[in-house]
Amino acid sequence: MKFPARRRFSPLRLYTLLLIAWLLLPIAVMIVFGFNDVHGKQNFRWEGFTLRWYTHLFAKPDLTTAALNSLTIAALSTAMATALGTPLGLALARHRFRGRGTATAVLFLVIACPDLVMGASLLSMFVTFDVPRGYPTILAAHTMVATAFVATTVRARAVSLDPSLEEAAEDLGATAWPRFRLITLPLITPGILAGALLAFVLSIDDFVIANFTSGTTLTFPLWIWASTRTGTPPQVNVLGTLIFAIATALAALAGIRGSRTQRKPASRAPRSADAVGR
Amino acid sequence: MPFSRRLAPYLLVLPGGLWLAVFFVVPVAMMASLSLQTGNLIDGFRQTFHWQNYTDGLGTYGDTFVRSLWYGLLATILCIALAYPAAYWIAFRAGRRKSSYLLLLLIPYFVSFVLRTVAWKLVLTDNGPVLGPLRDHGIVPSDFHVLDTTTAVVAGLTYTYLPFMVLPVYVALERLDPRLIEAAHDLHADRTAAFARVVLPLSLPGVFAGVVMTFVPASADYVNAEILGGPRNTMIGNVIQAQYFDDGAYPVASALSFTLMAILLAGIFLYARALGTRGILDTPTP
Repeated sequence: MKFPARRRFSPLRLYTLLLIAWLLLPIAVMIVFGFNDVHGKQNFRWEGFTLRWYTHLFAKPDLTTAALNSLTIAALSTAMATALGTPLGLALARHRFRGRGTATAVLFLVIACPDLVMGASLLSMFVTFDVPRGYPTILAAHTMVATAFVATTVRARAVSLDPSLEEAAEDLGATAWPRFRLITLPLITPGILAGALLAFVLSIDDFVIANFTSGTTLTFPLWIWASTRTGTPPQVNVLGTLIFAIATALAALAGIRGSRTQRKPASRAPRSADAVGR
Repeated sequence: MPFSRRLAPYLLVLPGGLWLAVFFVVPVAMMASLSLQTGNLIDGFRQTFHWQNYTDGLGTYGDTFVRSLWYGLLATILCIALAYPAAYWIAFRAGRRKSSYLLLLLIPYFVSFVLRTVAWKLVLTDNGPVLGPLRDHGIVPSDFHVLDTTTAVVAGLTYTYLPFMVLPVYVALERLDPRLIEAAHDLHADRTAAFARVVLPLSLPGVFAGVVMTFVPASADYVNAEILGGPRNTMIGNVIQAQYFDDGAYPVASALSFTLMAILLAGIFLYARALGTRGILDTPTP
Protein backbone atom coordinates (compact mmCIF):
# COMPACT_ATOMS: atom_id res chain seq x y z
CA MET A 1 0.00 0.00 0.00
CA LYS A 2 2.79 2.46 -0.70
CA PHE A 3 2.62 5.08 -3.39
CA PRO A 4 6.11 6.54 -3.60
CA ALA A 5 5.01 9.35 -5.91
CA ARG A 6 2.46 10.55 -3.36
CA ARG A 7 4.60 10.19 -0.29
CA ARG A 8 5.05 13.94 0.00
CA PHE A 9 1.37 14.42 0.66
CA SER A 10 0.91 14.78 4.38
CA PRO A 11 -2.49 14.93 6.08
CA LEU A 12 -0.98 16.87 8.96
CA ARG A 13 0.34 19.51 6.60
CA LEU A 14 -3.10 19.88 5.01
CA TYR A 15 -4.62 20.07 8.47
CA THR A 16 -2.21 22.82 9.58
CA LEU A 17 -2.98 24.83 6.45
CA LEU A 18 -6.73 24.47 7.04
CA LEU A 19 -6.31 25.60 10.64
CA ILE A 20 -4.38 28.67 9.48
CA ALA A 21 -7.08 29.35 6.87
CA TRP A 22 -9.70 29.24 9.64
CA LEU A 23 -7.65 31.69 11.72
CA LEU A 24 -7.30 34.05 8.77
CA LEU A 25 -10.91 33.86 7.51
CA PRO A 26 -12.35 36.75 9.57
CA ILE A 27 -9.41 38.91 8.53
CA ALA A 28 -10.17 38.22 4.87
CA VAL A 29 -13.80 39.13 5.56
CA MET A 30 -12.68 42.36 7.27
CA ILE A 31 -10.51 43.33 4.29
CA VAL A 32 -13.18 42.50 1.67
CA PHE A 33 -15.96 44.39 3.46
CA GLY A 34 -13.73 47.47 3.61
CA PHE A 35 -14.37 47.70 -0.15
CA ASN A 36 -18.13 47.20 0.19
CA ASP A 37 -20.33 49.87 -1.38
CA VAL A 38 -22.89 49.96 1.46
CA HIS A 39 -25.49 52.66 1.81
CA GLY A 40 -27.29 51.76 5.03
CA LYS A 41 -25.80 51.43 8.50
CA GLN A 42 -25.30 47.66 8.41
CA ASN A 43 -22.18 46.44 6.62
CA PHE A 44 -23.42 42.83 6.39
CA ARG A 45 -24.30 42.26 2.73
CA TRP A 46 -22.08 42.69 -0.32
CA GLU A 47 -23.37 45.60 -2.40
CA GLY A 48 -20.56 46.18 -4.90
CA PHE A 49 -16.97 47.36 -5.01
CA THR A 50 -15.88 50.86 -3.99
CA LEU A 51 -12.77 52.70 -2.82
CA ARG A 52 -15.00 55.29 -1.15
CA TRP A 53 -14.04 54.22 2.39
CA TYR A 54 -10.35 54.54 1.64
CA THR A 55 -10.74 58.08 0.31
CA HIS A 56 -13.07 58.99 3.20
CA LEU A 57 -10.95 57.24 5.80
CA PHE A 58 -10.87 60.21 8.16
CA ALA A 59 -14.51 61.21 7.64
CA LYS A 60 -15.37 60.21 11.19
CA PRO A 61 -13.24 62.45 13.41
CA ASP A 62 -14.00 60.55 16.63
CA LEU A 63 -12.91 57.28 15.01
CA THR A 64 -9.64 58.91 13.90
CA THR A 65 -9.11 60.21 17.44
CA ALA A 66 -9.77 56.73 18.86
CA ALA A 67 -7.25 55.14 16.47
CA LEU A 68 -4.66 57.80 17.35
CA ASN A 69 -5.31 57.22 21.07
CA SER A 70 -4.67 53.50 20.56
CA LEU A 71 -1.39 54.16 18.74
CA THR A 72 -0.03 56.74 21.18
CA ILE A 73 -1.06 54.75 24.27
CA ALA A 74 0.64 51.66 22.81
CA ALA A 75 3.83 53.59 21.99
CA LEU A 76 4.02 55.44 25.32
CA SER A 77 3.16 52.42 27.49
CA THR A 78 5.74 50.33 25.61
CA ALA A 79 8.44 52.95 26.19
CA MET A 80 7.57 53.35 29.89
CA ALA A 81 7.29 49.59 30.46
CA THR A 82 10.67 49.01 28.80
CA ALA A 83 12.26 51.57 31.13
CA LEU A 84 10.55 50.12 34.23
CA GLY A 85 10.63 46.42 33.36
CA THR A 86 14.21 46.00 32.11
CA PRO A 87 15.94 46.83 35.45
CA LEU A 88 13.32 44.78 37.28
CA GLY A 89 13.93 41.70 35.12
CA LEU A 90 17.70 42.17 35.40
CA ALA A 91 17.58 42.41 39.20
CA LEU A 92 15.43 39.27 39.44
CA ALA A 93 17.84 37.34 37.24
CA ARG A 94 21.08 38.56 38.80
CA HIS A 95 20.60 39.48 42.43
CA ARG A 96 19.41 37.87 45.61
CA PHE A 97 17.53 40.40 47.70
CA ARG A 98 14.73 40.71 50.17
CA GLY A 99 11.33 40.68 48.48
CA ARG A 100 12.58 38.76 45.43
CA GLY A 101 10.01 36.01 45.96
CA THR A 102 7.20 38.55 46.34
CA ALA A 103 8.24 40.38 43.18
CA THR A 104 8.34 37.10 41.22
CA ALA A 105 4.89 36.14 42.50
CA VAL A 106 3.44 39.56 41.57
CA LEU A 107 4.83 39.25 38.02
CA PHE A 108 3.24 35.82 37.68
CA LEU A 109 -0.08 37.08 39.06
CA VAL A 110 -0.19 39.99 36.62
CA ILE A 111 0.40 37.62 33.69
CA ALA A 112 -2.00 34.92 34.95
CA CYS A 113 -4.77 37.28 36.15
CA PRO A 114 -7.64 37.70 33.68
CA ASP A 115 -7.85 41.19 32.17
CA LEU A 116 -11.37 41.45 33.50
CA VAL A 117 -10.16 41.19 37.11
CA MET A 118 -7.35 43.70 36.55
CA GLY A 119 -9.77 46.11 34.92
CA ALA A 120 -12.34 45.67 37.67
CA SER A 121 -9.77 46.15 40.44
CA LEU A 122 -8.33 49.28 38.81
CA LEU A 123 -11.83 50.69 38.48
CA SER A 124 -12.48 49.84 42.15
CA MET A 125 -9.38 51.80 43.15
CA PHE A 126 -10.16 54.77 40.91
CA VAL A 127 -13.72 54.88 42.25
CA THR A 128 -12.53 54.66 45.87
CA PHE A 129 -10.01 57.50 45.45
CA ASP A 130 -12.27 59.46 43.13
CA VAL A 131 -9.73 59.48 40.28
CA PRO A 132 -11.29 60.63 36.98
CA ARG A 133 -10.92 57.95 34.30
CA GLY A 134 -9.47 58.78 30.90
CA TYR A 135 -6.32 58.69 28.78
CA PRO A 136 -3.85 58.76 31.74
CA THR A 137 -5.57 55.88 33.56
CA ILE A 138 -5.56 53.68 30.42
CA LEU A 139 -1.87 54.53 29.94
CA ALA A 140 -1.03 53.68 33.57
CA ALA A 141 -2.91 50.36 33.36
CA HIS A 142 -1.29 49.30 30.07
CA THR A 143 2.14 50.27 31.41
CA MET A 144 1.53 48.05 34.47
CA VAL A 145 0.66 44.97 32.38
CA ALA A 146 3.48 45.61 29.91
CA THR A 147 6.05 46.07 32.70
CA ALA A 148 5.33 42.53 33.91
CA PHE A 149 5.82 41.12 30.40
CA VAL A 150 9.05 43.07 29.73
CA ALA A 151 10.47 42.08 33.13
CA THR A 152 9.63 38.42 32.44
CA THR A 153 11.26 38.30 28.99
CA VAL A 154 14.34 40.23 30.20
CA ARG A 155 14.72 37.93 33.20
CA ALA A 156 14.44 34.84 30.97
CA ARG A 157 17.19 36.23 28.74
CA ALA A 158 19.47 37.44 31.55
CA VAL A 159 19.29 34.12 33.43
CA SER A 160 20.76 32.29 30.44
CA LEU A 161 23.76 34.63 30.14
CA ASP A 162 27.25 33.55 31.15
CA PRO A 163 28.25 35.65 34.22
CA SER A 164 31.93 35.21 33.37
CA LEU A 165 31.53 37.75 30.54
CA GLU A 166 30.81 40.49 33.04
CA GLU A 167 33.50 39.23 35.41
CA ALA A 168 35.99 39.42 32.56
CA ALA A 169 34.98 43.03 31.91
CA GLU A 170 35.43 43.79 35.60
CA ASP A 171 38.86 42.15 35.62
CA LEU A 172 39.80 44.35 32.69
CA GLY A 173 38.96 47.41 34.78
CA ALA A 174 35.47 48.31 33.49
CA THR A 175 33.39 50.13 36.09
CA ALA A 176 29.69 49.51 36.61
CA TRP A 177 28.21 51.75 33.88
CA PRO A 178 30.55 50.83 30.96
CA ARG A 179 30.22 47.20 31.99
CA PHE A 180 26.44 47.48 31.68
CA ARG A 181 26.51 49.56 28.46
CA LEU A 182 29.08 47.47 26.60
CA ILE A 183 28.50 43.94 27.90
CA THR A 184 25.16 43.39 29.65
CA LEU A 185 22.88 45.64 27.60
CA PRO A 186 23.80 44.23 24.15
CA LEU A 187 23.39 40.70 25.51
CA ILE A 188 19.92 41.26 26.96
CA THR A 189 18.67 43.34 23.98
CA PRO A 190 16.77 40.40 22.39
CA GLY A 191 14.86 39.98 25.66
CA ILE A 192 14.06 43.70 25.80
CA LEU A 193 12.90 43.74 22.16
CA ALA A 194 10.70 40.66 22.61
CA GLY A 195 9.12 42.23 25.71
CA ALA A 196 8.61 45.58 23.98
CA LEU A 197 6.96 43.92 20.97
CA LEU A 198 4.66 41.96 23.25
CA ALA A 199 3.85 45.12 25.21
CA PHE A 200 2.94 47.02 22.04
CA VAL A 201 0.72 44.24 20.65
CA LEU A 202 -1.05 43.70 23.98
CA SER A 203 -1.74 47.41 24.38
CA ILE A 204 -3.02 48.04 20.85
CA ASP A 205 -5.26 44.96 21.00
CA ASP A 206 -6.53 45.52 24.53
CA PHE A 207 -10.22 46.02 24.94
CA VAL A 208 -11.09 44.74 28.43
CA ILE A 209 -8.73 46.80 30.61
CA ALA A 210 -9.43 49.94 28.57
CA ASN A 211 -13.16 49.22 28.91
CA PHE A 212 -12.84 49.54 32.70
CA THR A 213 -10.32 52.41 32.90
CA SER A 214 -11.29 54.66 29.98
CA GLY A 215 -14.12 56.86 31.28
CA THR A 216 -15.34 58.64 28.15
CA THR A 217 -12.04 58.38 26.26
CA LEU A 218 -12.19 55.91 23.36
CA THR A 219 -9.51 53.68 21.86
CA PHE A 220 -9.91 51.84 18.54
CA PRO A 221 -11.28 48.57 20.08
CA LEU A 222 -13.61 50.57 22.38
CA TRP A 223 -14.94 52.52 19.40
CA ILE A 224 -15.64 49.26 17.51
CA TRP A 225 -17.39 47.81 20.58
CA ALA A 226 -19.61 50.89 20.86
CA SER A 227 -20.42 50.69 17.15
CA THR A 228 -21.61 47.05 17.23
CA ARG A 229 -24.98 48.19 18.61
CA THR A 230 -25.71 50.54 15.70
CA GLY A 231 -23.65 49.01 12.88
CA THR A 232 -19.91 49.07 12.30
CA PRO A 233 -19.01 51.53 9.49
CA PRO A 234 -16.62 50.35 6.71
CA GLN A 235 -13.96 52.84 7.85
CA VAL A 236 -13.33 50.49 10.77
CA ASN A 237 -12.53 47.69 8.28
CA VAL A 238 -10.23 50.02 6.37
CA LEU A 239 -8.33 51.11 9.50
CA GLY A 240 -8.12 47.48 10.62
CA THR A 241 -6.80 46.51 7.16
CA LEU A 242 -4.15 49.25 7.20
CA ILE A 243 -2.95 48.40 10.74
CA PHE A 244 -2.87 44.72 9.72
CA ALA A 245 -0.88 45.45 6.54
CA ILE A 246 1.71 47.59 8.34
CA ALA A 247 2.14 45.13 11.23
CA THR A 248 2.45 42.15 8.85
CA ALA A 249 5.05 43.95 6.73
CA LEU A 250 7.09 44.85 9.83
CA ALA A 251 6.87 41.29 11.20
CA ALA A 252 7.89 39.82 7.83
CA LEU A 253 10.89 42.17 7.69
CA ALA A 254 11.89 41.24 11.23
CA GLY A 255 11.43 37.56 10.33
CA ILE A 256 13.71 37.85 7.29
CA ARG A 257 16.36 39.64 9.35
CA GLY A 258 15.97 37.09 12.14
CA SER A 259 16.43 34.11 9.84
CA ARG A 260 19.57 35.73 8.43
CA THR A 261 21.18 36.31 11.81
CA GLN A 262 20.18 32.81 12.88
CA ARG A 263 22.53 31.34 10.30
CA LYS A 264 25.52 33.00 11.96
CA PRO A 265 27.31 30.45 14.15
CA ALA A 266 27.53 32.84 17.14
CA SER A 267 23.81 32.90 17.83
CA ARG A 268 23.55 29.15 17.39
CA ALA A 269 26.09 28.52 20.13
CA PRO A 270 23.65 28.64 23.08
CA ARG A 271 21.46 25.99 21.45
CA SER A 272 24.26 23.51 20.92
CA ALA A 273 25.45 24.16 24.48
CA ASP A 274 21.91 23.41 25.56
CA ALA A 275 21.93 20.11 23.69
CA VAL A 276 25.23 19.08 25.28
CA GLY A 277 23.91 19.89 28.71
CA ARG A 278 21.01 17.52 28.30
CA MET B 1 31.59 49.82 47.21
CA PRO B 2 30.06 46.90 49.16
CA PHE B 3 27.28 49.17 50.39
CA SER B 4 26.25 50.33 46.92
CA ARG B 5 26.54 46.71 45.76
CA ARG B 6 24.01 45.67 48.33
CA LEU B 7 21.79 48.61 47.45
CA ALA B 8 21.92 48.02 43.67
CA PRO B 9 19.14 45.40 43.37
CA TYR B 10 16.72 47.57 45.34
CA LEU B 11 17.41 50.56 43.10
CA LEU B 12 16.81 48.38 40.04
CA VAL B 13 13.57 46.97 41.39
CA LEU B 14 12.16 50.17 42.89
CA PRO B 15 10.62 52.00 39.88
CA GLY B 16 8.97 48.98 38.25
CA GLY B 17 8.07 47.42 41.57
CA LEU B 18 6.42 50.63 42.72
CA TRP B 19 4.38 50.85 39.49
CA LEU B 20 3.21 47.26 39.87
CA ALA B 21 2.35 47.87 43.53
CA VAL B 22 0.33 51.02 42.82
CA PHE B 23 -1.52 49.70 39.76
CA PHE B 24 -1.87 46.01 40.59
CA VAL B 25 -1.44 45.16 44.29
CA VAL B 26 -3.27 48.21 45.66
CA PRO B 27 -6.19 47.92 43.18
CA VAL B 28 -6.71 44.24 44.08
CA ALA B 29 -6.70 45.22 47.77
CA MET B 30 -9.15 48.05 47.06
CA MET B 31 -11.40 45.64 45.17
CA ALA B 32 -11.31 43.23 48.12
CA SER B 33 -12.26 46.11 50.42
CA LEU B 34 -14.99 47.41 48.11
CA SER B 35 -16.48 43.91 47.90
CA LEU B 36 -17.43 44.13 51.60
CA GLN B 37 -18.93 47.62 51.51
CA THR B 38 -22.52 48.78 51.29
CA GLY B 39 -24.02 51.89 49.76
CA ASN B 40 -24.94 53.28 46.37
CA LEU B 41 -23.55 55.57 43.71
CA ILE B 42 -25.24 58.71 45.03
CA ASP B 43 -24.52 58.45 48.77
CA GLY B 44 -21.18 56.69 48.35
CA PHE B 45 -19.97 53.39 49.77
CA ARG B 46 -19.05 52.59 53.39
CA GLN B 47 -17.06 49.70 54.81
CA THR B 48 -19.50 47.50 56.72
CA PHE B 49 -17.93 44.04 56.22
CA HIS B 50 -21.07 43.04 54.40
CA TRP B 51 -20.20 39.41 53.56
CA GLN B 52 -23.65 38.99 52.05
CA ASN B 53 -22.27 40.60 48.88
CA TYR B 54 -20.53 37.30 48.30
CA THR B 55 -23.42 35.02 49.19
CA ASP B 56 -25.90 37.21 47.29
CA GLY B 57 -23.65 37.37 44.24
CA LEU B 58 -23.02 33.63 44.20
CA GLY B 59 -26.66 32.88 44.93
CA THR B 60 -27.90 34.97 42.03
CA TYR B 61 -25.14 34.26 39.54
CA GLY B 62 -23.96 30.79 40.59
CA ASP B 63 -25.23 29.18 37.40
CA THR B 64 -23.56 31.92 35.33
CA PHE B 65 -20.28 31.09 37.08
CA VAL B 66 -20.71 27.40 36.29
CA ARG B 67 -21.59 28.23 32.67
CA SER B 68 -18.46 30.42 32.28
CA LEU B 69 -16.16 27.73 33.65
CA TRP B 70 -17.92 25.12 31.47
CA TYR B 71 -17.51 27.24 28.31
CA GLY B 72 -13.90 27.92 29.28
CA LEU B 73 -13.27 24.20 29.77
CA LEU B 74 -14.92 23.24 26.46
CA ALA B 75 -12.92 25.89 24.58
CA THR B 76 -9.68 24.72 26.26
CA ILE B 77 -10.28 21.07 25.33
CA LEU B 78 -11.09 22.08 21.74
CA CYS B 79 -7.94 24.24 21.68
CA ILE B 80 -5.76 21.28 22.78
CA ALA B 81 -7.34 19.00 20.18
CA LEU B 82 -6.98 21.55 17.37
CA ALA B 83 -3.58 22.97 18.33
CA TYR B 84 -1.57 19.84 19.13
CA PRO B 85 -1.42 18.31 15.61
CA ALA B 86 -0.54 21.66 14.04
CA ALA B 87 2.13 22.42 16.67
CA TYR B 88 3.52 18.90 16.16
CA TRP B 89 3.69 19.29 12.40
CA ILE B 90 5.32 22.73 12.58
CA ALA B 91 7.87 21.61 15.19
CA PHE B 92 8.94 18.37 13.46
CA ARG B 93 8.02 18.58 9.79
CA ALA B 94 7.92 22.21 8.66
CA GLY B 95 11.70 22.40 8.20
CA ARG B 96 13.01 25.76 7.07
CA ARG B 97 9.53 27.28 6.91
CA LYS B 98 8.88 26.94 10.66
CA SER B 99 8.98 30.66 11.36
CA SER B 100 6.69 31.45 8.41
CA TYR B 101 4.02 29.08 9.75
CA LEU B 102 4.38 30.54 13.25
CA LEU B 103 3.97 34.03 11.82
CA LEU B 104 0.79 32.91 10.01
CA LEU B 105 -0.58 31.63 13.32
CA LEU B 106 0.20 34.93 15.02
CA ILE B 107 -1.04 37.21 12.25
CA PRO B 108 -4.63 37.29 13.62
CA TYR B 109 -3.28 39.26 16.60
CA PHE B 110 -2.46 42.14 14.29
CA VAL B 111 -6.20 42.77 14.05
CA SER B 112 -8.05 43.79 17.19
CA PHE B 113 -9.91 40.76 18.56
CA VAL B 114 -13.10 42.81 18.89
CA LEU B 115 -12.95 43.44 15.15
CA ARG B 116 -12.29 39.74 14.42
CA THR B 117 -15.30 38.79 16.52
CA VAL B 118 -17.43 41.32 14.65
CA ALA B 119 -16.22 39.73 11.39
CA TRP B 120 -17.33 36.30 12.66
CA LYS B 121 -20.74 37.73 13.43
CA LEU B 122 -20.91 39.01 9.85
CA VAL B 123 -19.97 35.56 8.50
CA LEU B 124 -22.43 33.66 10.69
CA THR B 125 -25.37 36.05 10.70
CA ASP B 126 -28.76 34.60 9.67
CA ASN B 127 -28.86 36.05 6.14
CA GLY B 128 -25.09 36.30 5.80
CA PRO B 129 -22.75 34.84 3.17
CA VAL B 130 -22.88 31.31 4.68
CA LEU B 131 -26.35 30.82 6.11
CA GLY B 132 -28.14 32.94 3.49
CA PRO B 133 -27.51 30.62 0.50
CA LEU B 134 -27.89 27.49 2.66
CA ARG B 135 -31.33 28.68 3.76
CA ASP B 136 -32.37 29.81 0.28
CA HIS B 137 -31.63 26.35 -1.12
CA GLY B 138 -33.38 24.63 1.75
CA ILE B 139 -30.21 22.82 2.88
CA VAL B 140 -30.84 24.00 6.42
CA PRO B 141 -34.29 24.84 7.83
CA SER B 142 -35.20 28.51 7.81
CA ASP B 143 -35.22 28.65 11.60
CA PHE B 144 -31.63 27.40 11.81
CA HIS B 145 -29.34 29.82 13.68
CA VAL B 146 -25.68 29.81 14.51
CA LEU B 147 -25.54 33.10 16.36
CA ASP B 148 -27.05 33.29 19.86
CA THR B 149 -26.15 29.65 20.57
CA THR B 150 -23.70 27.93 22.90
CA THR B 151 -21.89 26.57 19.84
CA ALA B 152 -21.23 30.08 18.53
CA VAL B 153 -19.82 31.30 21.86
CA VAL B 154 -17.61 28.24 22.47
CA ALA B 155 -16.39 28.32 18.84
CA GLY B 156 -15.64 32.03 19.22
CA LEU B 157 -13.68 31.43 22.44
CA THR B 158 -11.77 28.58 20.78
CA TYR B 159 -10.97 30.81 17.83
CA THR B 160 -9.84 33.71 20.02
CA TYR B 161 -7.47 31.73 22.26
CA LEU B 162 -6.21 28.99 19.88
CA PRO B 163 -2.80 30.62 19.20
CA PHE B 164 -2.21 30.77 22.99
CA MET B 165 -2.32 26.96 22.92
CA VAL B 166 -0.33 26.40 19.72
CA LEU B 167 2.66 28.49 20.83
CA PRO B 168 3.56 26.86 24.17
CA VAL B 169 2.95 23.35 22.77
CA TYR B 170 5.18 24.23 19.80
CA VAL B 171 7.91 25.56 22.12
CA ALA B 172 7.85 22.36 24.19
CA LEU B 173 7.99 20.11 21.09
CA GLU B 174 10.66 22.20 19.41
CA ARG B 175 12.94 21.86 22.46
CA LEU B 176 12.59 18.10 22.35
CA ASP B 177 15.83 16.42 21.28
CA PRO B 178 15.05 14.29 18.17
CA ARG B 179 17.72 11.82 19.32
CA LEU B 180 15.33 10.76 22.09
CA ILE B 181 12.86 9.58 19.43
CA GLU B 182 15.66 7.77 17.60
CA ALA B 183 16.64 6.14 20.87
CA ALA B 184 13.05 4.99 21.36
CA HIS B 185 13.06 3.42 17.88
CA ASP B 186 16.41 1.75 18.62
CA LEU B 187 14.75 0.24 21.66
CA HIS B 188 12.07 -1.26 19.37
CA ALA B 189 9.32 1.24 20.04
CA ASP B 190 6.96 1.64 17.08
CA ARG B 191 5.73 5.11 16.10
CA THR B 192 2.72 4.99 18.41
CA ALA B 193 4.77 3.88 21.39
CA ALA B 194 7.48 6.47 20.69
CA PHE B 195 4.83 9.17 20.58
CA ALA B 196 2.89 7.98 23.64
CA ARG B 197 5.92 7.31 25.85
CA VAL B 198 8.46 9.91 24.70
CA VAL B 199 6.99 12.81 22.74
CA LEU B 200 3.69 13.24 24.58
CA PRO B 201 5.08 13.21 28.15
CA LEU B 202 7.85 15.66 27.20
CA SER B 203 5.35 18.04 25.60
CA LEU B 204 3.01 18.09 28.62
CA PRO B 205 4.61 21.18 30.23
CA GLY B 206 3.74 23.05 27.02
CA VAL B 207 0.16 21.76 27.12
CA PHE B 208 0.01 22.78 30.77
CA ALA B 209 1.13 26.32 29.97
CA GLY B 210 -1.34 26.43 27.10
CA VAL B 211 -4.21 25.33 29.35
CA VAL B 212 -3.47 28.16 31.79
CA MET B 213 -3.16 30.66 28.95
CA THR B 214 -6.46 29.66 27.34
CA PHE B 215 -8.69 28.55 30.22
CA VAL B 216 -8.16 31.66 32.37
CA PRO B 217 -8.92 34.32 29.74
CA ALA B 218 -11.63 32.20 28.06
CA SER B 219 -13.57 31.77 31.32
CA ALA B 220 -13.37 35.50 32.03
CA ASP B 221 -14.20 36.58 28.45
CA TYR B 222 -17.31 38.64 27.76
CA VAL B 223 -16.72 39.88 24.21
CA ASN B 224 -17.59 36.59 22.48
CA ALA B 225 -20.73 36.06 24.58
CA GLU B 226 -21.84 39.66 23.92
CA ILE B 227 -21.26 39.67 20.16
CA LEU B 228 -21.89 36.02 19.18
CA GLY B 229 -24.10 34.79 22.00
CA GLY B 230 -27.65 35.45 23.11
CA PRO B 231 -29.33 36.06 26.46
CA ARG B 232 -28.99 32.38 27.39
CA ASN B 233 -25.20 32.44 26.89
CA THR B 234 -24.38 35.17 29.41
CA MET B 235 -20.98 34.63 31.03
CA ILE B 236 -19.78 35.95 34.37
CA GLY B 237 -17.73 38.61 32.58
CA ASN B 238 -20.92 40.07 31.08
CA VAL B 239 -22.51 40.15 34.53
CA ILE B 240 -19.52 41.87 36.15
CA GLN B 241 -19.28 44.41 33.33
CA ALA B 242 -22.99 45.20 33.53
CA GLN B 243 -22.90 45.45 37.35
CA TYR B 244 -20.09 48.00 37.16
CA PHE B 245 -21.36 50.10 34.27
CA ASP B 246 -25.13 49.73 34.02
CA ASP B 247 -26.15 49.13 37.64
CA GLY B 248 -23.36 50.87 39.54
CA ALA B 249 -23.48 47.93 41.97
CA TYR B 250 -19.75 48.19 42.70
CA PRO B 251 -19.65 46.06 45.88
CA VAL B 252 -21.44 43.05 44.32
CA ALA B 253 -19.42 43.44 41.10
CA SER B 254 -16.19 43.50 43.16
CA ALA B 255 -17.28 40.43 45.11
CA LEU B 256 -17.96 38.58 41.84
CA SER B 257 -14.59 39.63 40.31
CA PHE B 258 -12.75 38.63 43.47
CA THR B 259 -14.50 35.25 43.50
CA LEU B 260 -13.61 34.73 39.83
CA MET B 261 -9.95 35.54 40.51
CA ALA B 262 -9.88 33.23 43.54
CA ILE B 263 -11.47 30.32 41.62
CA LEU B 264 -9.12 30.67 38.64
CA LEU B 265 -5.96 31.08 40.72
CA ALA B 266 -6.90 28.20 43.00
CA GLY B 267 -7.56 26.16 39.88
CA ILE B 268 -4.10 26.95 38.45
CA PHE B 269 -2.47 26.13 41.80
CA LEU B 270 -4.21 22.77 42.26
CA TYR B 271 -3.61 21.92 38.62
CA ALA B 272 0.11 22.69 38.97
CA ARG B 273 0.27 20.53 42.10
CA ALA B 274 -1.53 17.64 40.41
CA LEU B 275 0.66 17.76 37.32
CA GLY B 276 3.84 18.18 39.33
CA THR B 277 5.43 20.37 36.66
CA ARG B 278 8.56 22.20 37.70
CA GLY B 279 7.50 25.66 38.93
CA ILE B 280 4.59 27.27 37.12
CA LEU B 281 6.80 30.36 36.72
CA ASP B 282 8.80 28.57 34.01
CA THR B 283 5.80 28.54 31.67
CA PRO B 284 6.82 29.92 28.28
CA THR B 285 5.06 33.11 27.21
CA PRO B 286 4.33 33.91 23.53
